[in-house]
Amino acid sequence: MSTAEMVAGEAPRTAPAGDVILEVRNLVKHFQVGGGFLGGPPQVVKAVDDVSFTIRRGETLGLVGESGCGKTTTGRCILLLERPTSGQVIFEGRDLMTLSPAEVRRVRRKIQVIFQDPYSSLNPRITIGQMLDEPLAVHGIVPERKARQDRVRELLTVVGLLPSMASRYPHELSGGQRQRVGIARALAMEPSLIVCDEPVSALDVSIQAQIITLLEDLQERFNLTYLFVAHDLSVVRHISDRVAVMYLGKMAEITDRTTLYAEPLHPYTKALLSAVPIPDPEVEAERQRTVLGGEVPSALRPPPGCVFHPRCPIAIDECKRVVPECLEIRPGHRAACIRAPGYPAGAANA
Amino acid sequence: MSATTEGVLVEPASAARRRRWLDLTLSFCRRRPLGAIGAGVVIFMILVAVLAPWISPYDPLAIDFAAMLAAPSAQHWLGTDAFGRDVLSRIIYGSQTALIVGFGAAFIGSTVGAVIGVASAYFGGRIDLVIQRFMDILISFPLIILALAMVAVLGNNLPNLIAAMTVPMIPRCALVIRSSALSVREMPYVDAARALGYRHTRIILRHMLPNVMAPYLIMLTAFLGQAILLEASLSFLGLGVQEPTAAWGLMLRGAAVEFAETAPWMALFPGLAISLAVFAFNLFGDSLRDALDPKLRTG
Repeated sequence: MSTAEMVAGEAPRTAPAGDVILEVRNLVKHFQVGGGFLGGPPQVVKAVDDVSFTIRRGETLGLVGESGCGKTTTGRCILLLERPTSGQVIFEGRDLMTLSPAEVRRVRRKIQVIFQDPYSSLNPRITIGQMLDEPLAVHGIVPERKARQDRVRELLTVVGLLPSMASRYPHELSGGQRQRVGIARALAMEPSLIVCDEPVSALDVSIQAQIITLLEDLQERFNLTYLFVAHDLSVVRHISDRVAVMYLGKMAEITDRTTLYAEPLHPYTKALLSAVPIPDPEVEAERQRTVLGGEVPSALRPPPGCVFHPRCPIAIDECKRVVPECLEIRPGHRAACIRAPGYPAGAANA
Repeated sequence: MSATTEGVLVEPASAARRRRWLDLTLSFCRRRPLGAIGAGVVIFMILVAVLAPWISPYDPLAIDFAAMLAAPSAQHWLGTDAFGRDVLSRIIYGSQTALIVGFGAAFIGSTVGAVIGVASAYFGGRIDLVIQRFMDILISFPLIILALAMVAVLGNNLPNLIAAMTVPMIPRCALVIRSSALSVREMPYVDAARALGYRHTRIILRHMLPNVMAPYLIMLTAFLGQAILLEASLSFLGLGVQEPTAAWGLMLRGAAVEFAETAPWMALFPGLAISLAVFAFNLFGDSLRDALDPKLRTG
């Protein structure tokens, strides 16, 4: 691995090590597929299978993985858009699963979302102004009508749009502008945690940089915490304080950004990192790449033992039988691989 | 699309919207002349109904025994009925009844149906299943049978008649709207609305319903013709509007049957009015569906 060269791509981050704002404990989300009357027994997709992590106030946790690995579902469970099959989502000390509908509505002010697709995430029948006005009115954040209009203009300015855009409809804006509106809508609620669900992967590269910079500015200005779901490793590396890697519904590895990119423990992380192109042809030509064989197995029939073993270059017989837990191997560095140096022997579930 | 939106960018939104509607209307007329003719007849009907007191030559209820069963002439263009009432005046006033009942039933039926359909799609799961099975039960009765049964239960004054006619329309509309709403429900902006902590009613009415406008308009126009026909049928069967109110279906029964051979104008002209109205509404509705269909597919 020649990760040392890539360290240059890391933005300096001064994450205040605040209190834990969000803790996800043993989150499980299963979806039933088919089945029912005359359809045979229903099959179960284990979209998220026993995932745990914490996020501290003011930091950015990057959540990466291939499509279908459950990273978006994890985000949706935190947003209460999906009801987890089991597990706990503890936000600011309260388990969201135990809240009443009225309490959930209050908590929702504090957890907001930015979606991937800037085209379908804005209601086409509502002007930008109405879109930003509505949450302020519904939640009584700014009860007075005149003051609300001022606040809408302020929000638009904050995300780098012209206040006059309030009278526009979404179809009159470009993709980058729409994504800014989506960010403004999330900010209107004055949240403390924002789940960014691949917020830049649908945008042009030049626009991506602008949106990332905007997100960073806003984080500093409003002391926001981000859960940054993405599959683009260089973007995640740029914006995150810590990075979590998921594979087939399981947490593979989680640690701070520098350690993950410099000394990954999990073979899947190593393979992922080696797939990131390096913008230097000489370095690119020299480095060794770990190319994984085969495809991601179907989440309907995950392999027994470690879900990664059929594609793992260092798998041994034990990997087919033992489900590795994601355990702390070094301080602040957890990985789910019994082959990782320092993995506690005999800790895995048979 | 992009060419027009770019021009729109510099204009104030309201003016742009007005121009867009004008453009849409003009291109509809050019592309679908039959639909435009239908729309023309519909507009003509509405004008006649509104202007009835000024344009009808006689009082539709005025009985003139001196001119009983008079053939069409200069005095009575479409003749008179068994009570000497002017047929033209009664057709003109009958358009009021037809439109009030037609629009009332079609509008209420498709609106209630749309709300139920969207709610059914939004909640999904068990609620969706129960609502859909209940709608299936209602839909299994033919339109007129169910309306007849409802009139028999409710009694036949005008509001009850409208209510009775909406009952068979609601499930038909709910079914169509639900299928469109299912795709709207998967849109991230609906998730965003949920994440913003809006209540279910707000999400359904403000964020989902406006986005199933195209199928809603199609159902509305399709129901207009059906509702007019249904009202005429119910009146003909004696379960709709009651004498002496002027209504097309009513004019076809009673004396009109008795004197069908000697005074055919009594039944002929109201029958023509019904056919023309239903035909016009259906032409307009069909063209509107064709015009809106591509948008339907893209959601």
